[in-house]
Amino acid sequence: MTSRQMKFRTRAIHVGNAPDPQTGAVIPPIHAATTFIQPGAGEWGTFDYSRSGNPTRSAVQETIASLEGGCGSLAFSSGMAATHCATMLLESGDHILAGMDIYGGSYRLFHKICAASKIDISLVDLNDTDSISRNLKPNTKMLWLEGIGNPRLTIPDLPALTQIAHQHGLLVGVDNTFATPVLMRPLEHGVDIVMHSATKYLGGHSDCLSGALAVRSPELLERLYYIQNATGAVLSPFDSFLLARGIKTLDLRVREQSRTALKISQFLESHPRVNFVLYPGLESHPDHQRAKQLLSGGFGGMITFEAAGDFEETKRIVKATKLFGLAVSLGAVESLIEQPASMSHASYDAAARKEAGITDGLIRMSVGLEAAEDLIDDLDTALGR
Amino acid sequence: MKDRGESTVSVHGGESRSKPSDAITDSIVCSSTFTFEDSASIIRFIEENEQREEYGRYGNPNEKVVERKLAALDHGEDSVVYSSGMAAIVGLLMAKLSAGDEIVFFDQCYHRSREFCYKHLARFGVVTHQVATGDFAAMEAAINDRTKMLVSESPTNPHLTCIDLEQFVALGKEHEVETLIDATLATPFNVKPLDYGVDYVWHSATKYLGGHNDLLAGCITGSQEKLADVRNLRGIMGGVNSPHNLYLLQRGLKTFALRMQRHNENGQALAEFLEAHPRVEKVYYPGLESHPSHAIAKQNMQGFGGLVTFLVADADWKQTAAVVDRAKIARIGPSLGGVETLIEQPLIMSYYNQTPENREKFGIPDNMIRLACGIENTQDLIEDLSQALDL
Repeated sequence: MTSRQMKFRTRAIHVGNAPDPQTGAVIPPIHAATTFIQPGAGEWGTFDYSRSGNPTRSAVQETIASLEGGCGSLAFSSGMAATHCATMLLESGDHILAGMDIYGGSYRLFHKICAASKIDISLVDLNDTDSISRNLKPNTKMLWLEGIGNPRLTIPDLPALTQIAHQHGLLVGVDNTFATPVLMRPLEHGVDIVMHSATKYLGGHSDCLSGALAVRSPELLERLYYIQNATGAVLSPFDSFLLARGIKTLDLRVREQSRTALKISQFLESHPRVNFVLYPGLESHPDHQRAKQLLSGGFGGMITFEAAGDFEETKRIVKATKLFGLAVSLGAVESLIEQPASMSHASYDAAARKEAGITDGLIRMSVGLEAAEDLIDDLDTALGR
Repeated sequence: MKDRGESTVSVHGGESRSKPSDAITDSIVCSSTFTFEDSASIIRFIEENEQREEYGRYGNPNEKVVERKLAALDHGEDSVVYSSGMAAIVGLLMAKLSAGDEIVFFDQCYHRSREFCYKHLARFGVVTHQVATGDFAAMEAAINDRTKMLVSESPTNPHLTCIDLEQFVALGKEHEVETLIDATLATPFNVKPLDYGVDYVWHSATKYLGGHNDLLAGCITGSQEKLADVRNLRGIMGGVNSPHNLYLLQRGLKTFALRMQRHNENGQALAEFLEAHPRVEKVYYPGLESHPSHAIAKQNMQGFGGLVTFLVADADWKQTAAVVDRAKIARIGPSLGGVETLIEQPLIMSYYNQTPENREKFGIPDNMIRLACGIENTQDLIEDLSQALDL
């Protein structure tokens, strides 16, 4: 059975994890070396210097590429380092179109860092596929969106948007952090670059910061690799090992988290102290039909809902939970809860928050691996009746 | 945590709600020694038996949190963790047995544990008996007033014999002898021997508890009172685990309940597939009705684990080895309980230097294969075994 024939869960365990030929170790060793002895002056071995390539990092890159269906992937020291690398494909005078429902850190990168390099940015409503053509400029080079938007969990029409963007010669980058390759593989829809904050579901244990880019075209991989090697935000060997270890249970975790999240969102939807729930698995979600088409195996572990209460009451609720940790980040075995207005999306300005629908009562949860009943009890107590 | 769901205990059990620096995960405390503010605080530590760290061999924060989590999973008051499964059993037996004492094993217990007793505890005057696994009459006959401990594994390796825990505990209580269960193959997910009244549970945490084939660890779980001298002796003998390893064990335990569900599913599916396969003579799996322990396993266990043993039909040792060698996903290697499926032929892996007579005595036919199912896709594993058997 070749790796191409193996199913996702098997590839997550075996691709990039060939036993060590020297010792037979079933777990490949952690190569901490910063440099590698070369066969001769001017002759280069497979690895030379760890910024350019490291066996432990290469192994996890191979796994991620296989799971996303790419020709290769690159691992970074954080998700933002990965996104930044993708934006460095552009140059001064270029223009980026991005979805309105994006991570606050990406918003900041586009508006402050890219803008300083004279790269222009426009946020558009991706629910309206015509918005791309309407906002297109002669210098537009890239469309950046999230497979599942943050924090309102919108599901853009990825195949249609990609097609339109390609008609105009744009590169399409998708942040697939929330959906993970378990539920959606954007490269299969024609997307050029998939980005991950691998800190989240891929690592899955809240203990390694990491990012990744996966691509379909070897030519694009070569360009991104050149930038990564030149700028240096690579993932460490120890974190590469922890990431690879986490990925082995990725399929189990995401499917379980999706099952639990569906139960919790149904509970919240019927709760008197909840105004509305945004979960792509609920029929009430505006993008439910599209979620059913684009996601397979579940609807993800993220839930956003609005509590019936003001800013202060919402602060009280997120602090009152016992099993949920009050923290940003997501995708781990431990359930987390936060108030986007004061935490994950505080870097949006107030007007942008309003436009993106980030109200004071909004609460975002990342569902972990705890028993669904325990989490529901906890939320019920924190919300009060 | 006792009434929380199994997966909630896996994630949160034994952990503090608030951690240093408010970190969500426990920090790795490598420090070999721990400092005191002043001389008075050392005196207070000694005189008031203050709970704090002193020196790495006597305890470490990473060790404590893992011990609390393991205890919570097993419904025990306490757990003592060691650098390997064997260090754990040796630590327990050295703490509990003295010259003149006797110990009785069921004979399918892990052979290194029996070897330690026969070869090494014997040098210190401890007498070891072994009787046929599950033969309670023989075990009772071996008990005398010097007997201090009854030992069984359940399920056993590689035959997966399960013993009646109620009967085992009742025998111990009747004769006022302590009982020890090696529950490595069962794991706390499938059975909690302490709930039956067993005194000590032993795990090679290298297997399902760590779960990723990347650490060695062992533990003994039981009551605080019974483990006090065991913990004390560990501090003297020194078979403690490292903070790095203990962090990996804690991390592995976070997905423990989830992994066990899949190990159980894969074990049952592979056992059923093999039982129906024309090239398979016999399958040993407690989840199959054909297994002699099926009734007692159903009574004692929530699931039957990932280990499946089978005999290849009409095959000599070489033809059996060829099946093992043809596996593509399953890797050839000892051990079990990790996410990766492992396969081996006991004749070659563990009994190569034994005489054919001894192998027959131990119930290890030449055509036996042991499959330790990981958590890969079930269909992939079935296809892999299917092509391996298709000679």
